[in-house]
Formats: sequence, C-alpha cells, structure tokens
Amino acid sequence: MEYFLTYLKVFAVGGFICFIGQIFINKTNVTSARILVGYLLLGIILEVTGAFKYIEEFAKAGVTVPIIGFGSNLAKGALKGAAENGILGAVSGGMTAVAGGLTSAIFFGFIFALIFKSKTKKL
Amino acid sequence: MEKERYLEYVKQTSPKTSMVRSLFLSFVVGGLICCIGQFIADMIKLAVPNISKEMLSSATSIILIFLGSFFTGVGLYDKLGYYAGGGSIIPITGFANSIVSPAMEYNREGVVFGVCAKMFTIAGPIIVFGIVASVIVGLVGMFFV
Repeated sequence: MEYFLTYLKVFAVGGFICFIGQIFINKTNVTSARILVGYLLLGIILEVTGAFKYIEEFAKAGVTVPIIGFGSNLAKGALKGAAENGILGAVSGGMTAVAGGLTSAIFFGFIFALIFKSKTKKL
Repeated sequence: MEKERYLEYVKQTSPKTSMVRSLFLSFVVGGLICCIGQFIADMIKLAVPNISKEMLSSATSIILIFLGSFFTGVGLYDKLGYYAGGGSIIPITGFANSIVSPAMEYNREGVVFGVCAKMFTIAGPIIVFGIVASVIVGLVGMFFV
C-alpha cells in the first residue's frame, strides 16, 4: 500500500510537470529546446530557494526524472563545491554533480548514432 | 483582406491536434516515465542497500539515459514523441533523445561534422545554460555559505 501511494505521487507530479510543458507546446510556438531550458532554469531556481528539497521528499522521482532534477543537481553541486573548495569548487561543482548523466548521454548518443542508421521518417 | 481570409481558411482546414488528447497523453506518458525512474531507483537500492543519495540519483539517470538513447536508436522513442509530446520531451530520457535523434539523422554526413557536431543542436543550449547558471549560482553562493 505504501509503495502504491509513492508511485501514485510520482505519477501525479511527474505527469503534471509534463502536462504544463504540453500546454506551452500547444498554446505557444516555443520549441522543445526552449521548454527544456526553461525547466532547467526552474530547477536551478527551486534548488537555490530551497523549495526543491520539500518537493523531492514528497514526489521523489516525479520531480527528479524530469529535467528539473538535472537543474537542481547542477545548482546543488555548485553550492556544495563553493562551500567546500571556495572559488574552484564554485566553478567546477555543478559539472561534477552531473558528470555521470552528461557523460553517459554523450557516450551512448555517439555509440547508438553509429550503430543505428536513421531510417526515413514515417510520421 | 485577402490575407486575412486566407489565414481564416488555413485555420479551418488545417488538422487540429486535439488539445485534450495531447494533454492527457503527455500526462500519462510523463507520469509513467517518472514511475519507471522510481522503480529503477528502488531496484538499485534493493541491490546495493547502503548506496549514497548522490550515487543513487546518478546511477538512476545513467540507466534512464541509456534506455532513452536505446529506444531512440531503434526508432521507438520518436514514435512515442509524436503522440506524447511534452510527456516524452521533459523527462531525462527526452534529453537523451534530443542528443541521439539529430546525431543519427546526420550520420551520413560523416562522424565529425555529422554525428559529433549535430549531436548538440538541441542539447547544446541546455548544456550552455546549465553550465553558465551553475557557475553564477556557485559564485554568488560563496558569499552566503
């Protein structure tokens, strides 16, 4: 039952975030890159103001899987680096925190782009 | 006058993407992808009980990015994106998709100027904004922590 409730919360919050994004896609003509950048900056703002912690406690992966979580990790890493190593940490902290995700995205992207040739799009 | 009438005509005849349907689908698909992420995190926690919080979130996003890239590679993710829109773009799997999809498309233009350069057509702005913002946050944060 407890598991069910957790997954329900994850589903509701994660779905809601994508729902808001879809409203932007439908109502305005913003491209997906802009929506992603907007959500990334929102994640950074939420982390800096301290609100992200509470949302994460409630919704877990519902808010960390959307790109908001990526932004929050960047800001969290930068603040942590600044506290531990001063100016060097402030500059390198953000990238350190997201190094795994970013590296794997580029690595898998490269490998899969070489393995799978693009078929003509049938949309 | 003519232009207005033409625009009116276009509005009437162009196929409407059903508002309700696309919103519903993006909600469901986005929610499901987040649930998959939660499931992966739970499984990792079962396998490695004393994993740190940072490692757990890092491992979860690496697996999600792998899945996103793979399903883009076999051509399923773009099909999903056609129906789900925001539901497939906004989760981290969509970030992987935005890297793999243009890289594959420009494969025939060669490895350096095709795959490697076009990889960042959508992801580039995200990475640049992310890095710049994180440095600003870090530098400003130094005065508060």
